[in-house]
Amino acid sequence: MKNICFCFQMHAPYRLKRYRFFEIGQDHYYYDDMATEEYITWLTQTSYLPLCRTIQEMINLSKNRFHCALAVSGTMLELFEQFVPEMIDVLKDLAGSKCVEFVRVPYSYSLAAQCNSSEMEMQINAHAKKMKDVLGVSSATLWNTELLYSDEIAGLAWKMGYKTIMTEGAKHILSYKSSNYLYSTCANNKQSLLMRNAGMSDALSFHFSDPNWHEYPMDAEKYANKLASLPEEEQLVNLWMGAETFGVLQPGWTGIFEFLKALPYYVIEQNMTFLTPSEAAKQLSTNEPIVSPYPLTWTGEGKDLSTFLGNDLQQEATNKFYAVTERVHLCEDKSLKRDWMLLQDVNYLHYMNHIDQGSTTFESAYDAFINYMNILSDFLQRVDEQYPTTIENEELNSLLKTITNQEKEIASLNAEIKKLKKKK
Amino acid sequence: MRALMFGWEFPPHILGGLGTASYGLTRGMAQQGDMEITFVLPRPWGDEDQSFLRIIGANSVDVPGRGCIEFSGRYPNNLIEEIGNYEAVAAQLAYREQFDIIHSHDWLTYLAGVAVKHITGKPLVIHVHATDFDRSRGNVNPTVYAIERRGMDEADHIMCVSNLTRQTVIEKYGQHPDKVSTVHNAVEPLPNPDEFQKHERKDKLVTFLGRITMQKGPEYFVEAAARVLEKTDGVRFVMAGSGDMMAKMIDLVAKRGISDKFHFPGFMRGKQVQQILADSDVYIMPSVSEPFGISPLEAMQVGCPSIISHQSGCAEILHHAIKTDYWDIDAMADAIYAIVKYPAMYKSLSQLGREEVNNIRWYDAGLKVRDIYNRVLGWK
Repeated sequence: MKNICFCFQMHAPYRLKRYRFFEIGQDHYYYDDMATEEYITWLTQTSYLPLCRTIQEMINLSKNRFHCALAVSGTMLELFEQFVPEMIDVLKDLAGSKCVEFVRVPYSYSLAAQCNSSEMEMQINAHAKKMKDVLGVSSATLWNTELLYSDEIAGLAWKMGYKTIMTEGAKHILSYKSSNYLYSTCANNKQSLLMRNAGMSDALSFHFSDPNWHEYPMDAEKYANKLASLPEEEQLVNLWMGAETFGVLQPGWTGIFEFLKALPYYVIEQNMTFLTPSEAAKQLSTNEPIVSPYPLTWTGEGKDLSTFLGNDLQQEATNKFYAVTERVHLCEDKSLKRDWMLLQDVNYLHYMNHIDQGSTTFESAYDAFINYMNILSDFLQRVDEQYPTTIENEELNSLLKTITNQEKEIASLNAEIKKLKKKK
Repeated sequence: MRALMFGWEFPPHILGGLGTASYGLTRGMAQQGDMEITFVLPRPWGDEDQSFLRIIGANSVDVPGRGCIEFSGRYPNNLIEEIGNYEAVAAQLAYREQFDIIHSHDWLTYLAGVAVKHITGKPLVIHVHATDFDRSRGNVNPTVYAIERRGMDEADHIMCVSNLTRQTVIEKYGQHPDKVSTVHNAVEPLPNPDEFQKHERKDKLVTFLGRITMQKGPEYFVEAAARVLEKTDGVRFVMAGSGDMMAKMIDLVAKRGISDKFHFPGFMRGKQVQQILADSDVYIMPSVSEPFGISPLEAMQVGCPSIISHQSGCAEILHHAIKTDYWDIDAMADAIYAIVKYPAMYKSLSQLGREEVNNIRWYDAGLKVRDIYNRVLGWK
């Protein structure tokens, strides 16, 4: 029997404001709230809200047999709280249905997994806390930023208790193998690896309404038949996509929402089941481990990190940023820590790509880089004010240890004095 | 195919970008193999490269009743008279030369082209390297405008060096869009690209190079420099060239109190130009209106990052250059700061910019011109 695993991913960055170099050291607020609000409101109204309402309907119509996952970043949840609170209510309803798994995502959709493992832990824990606080849900499934995955990341996730990881069914990793099986990871054979079926997923994201596409027009029955006609022994089809597929990439008038709404009926009719990622990991048996020594993602031709770390600009920005990770972790300044969190958004790196700049508002990759580096310069100055970079990390650690321990030390010395006095 | 071209400048004796562009384009076209180009100049100096075309000096053509006419070959005060004389010479050539098409470079030679067209009935294409709207920031000289207008009205086809210029030709000179095409300029590859190396120096160098006139927007450069120097040290600014606004600029620099960091080395020529570009960390061209603007491409050839204004034609074909509005001194200052402070910025612009420019070839521009010739002649 075939299983279908849907996952919709939601994330949007704070829009950065125009930040000139003469503001470095003067102005410590980096965001354009008006632009952010406008963008988030538009995105939610045209895509996320109608999508979530459709999912709710699908669950109701299928009598709770439609299951799926949502990958919502911490930043996204924050933005919903601020600008479109009704979205939180809708998400709460979905969480209450027990049919939707809210998978773990790095809080600010960053590349921490690639750049700094201790930061990755922070991001994951922050997301876990946010999801628990706002929606009351938890999950042992990891959707890393842009489906970034490598053997090393699997190991890190395993250490943190994540038993299931989602990643791209990249051809150069799978070679002759099919993405439609449950695999295990190199880190541990009990850790399952789910791989996205790129062809079937992208068919919806990029081709659904394209009259030149050989499958056009696509409808729910046809799509369900295609799923059913995949080789018998293939057990799991992972259909994952950005949630903006519905409403933005494929506008509402294309009928994409109606397509989605009709899909469970035909899928169930063909004796296929909907599963969430963790249900899939639990119910299906795992196959051999997938080896992926190099990082892979779901972006670009090469399905690697080159979209985000491919050029000199992106590398310099990333290196400068993560060079102060230890110092930021040590410090207590709340606003500094918040900026640290938000500034690692992968979108800011995407804007610096020369060829494809994603959803940028900047004129060019250089323009985006200039703005980001000015902000980063101000941020680094603030870090430096807390912990001067002239002091080595190790030295700083021991100094801080002394400071935090001094009270204990004094207490124990006092106790000793008392003891000695008593003896006398 | 045989083309009779009328031009005003040709290397090595050049005063502006027109000569460089004439040379590059004819050389690029000569590579097609079956192009025969006859290039008429007011006054050749004898040391022009004639390996790929034939040069005729207007000053050595016998005009009945007047003999050989003297030409300055520059932009003298009696320029209009000189243009008239050039036209008289052209009329003589119309009878003597064998050609299929007439090609006039810039307004100084339009009337010559028109005269030849009327005598021979052969088609005329004109090449707009600039219009008077660019040179005067809108205060057009009526005599010049009338000449330009006549040339355009009479031409069978008009080629412009950028979409920006094309738009001016359509809007300000009332030409039909179908008659006007864009042929972007290119840049001659350096014979020896490694000849110009960057010298180590303590301070970063930001360079402006060109005529110091209203059209080039020098005051915006000074203001941007003042912005940068407010915040940071270790940057020097150079304004090379000369022009009617030079004294004013020296005053402005003094007024902003940055004279110790702002230098005026005067007019530069030949290899001096490439060397200062190679030594610079930033090349800046804040032109208010620039039909094309070849100098940023020359800077990029020697690996110098360029900042150009959106109001420059070359902005249409360059990706690895920073573009700002000419009046946006904040953006300009920001870009300068970024290039001198963030190493990746310099490195990317320098490497990718050089690569980009090396792929902008006169040969390709020549093919476009050839295509227009064929269309006008109805040959294909």
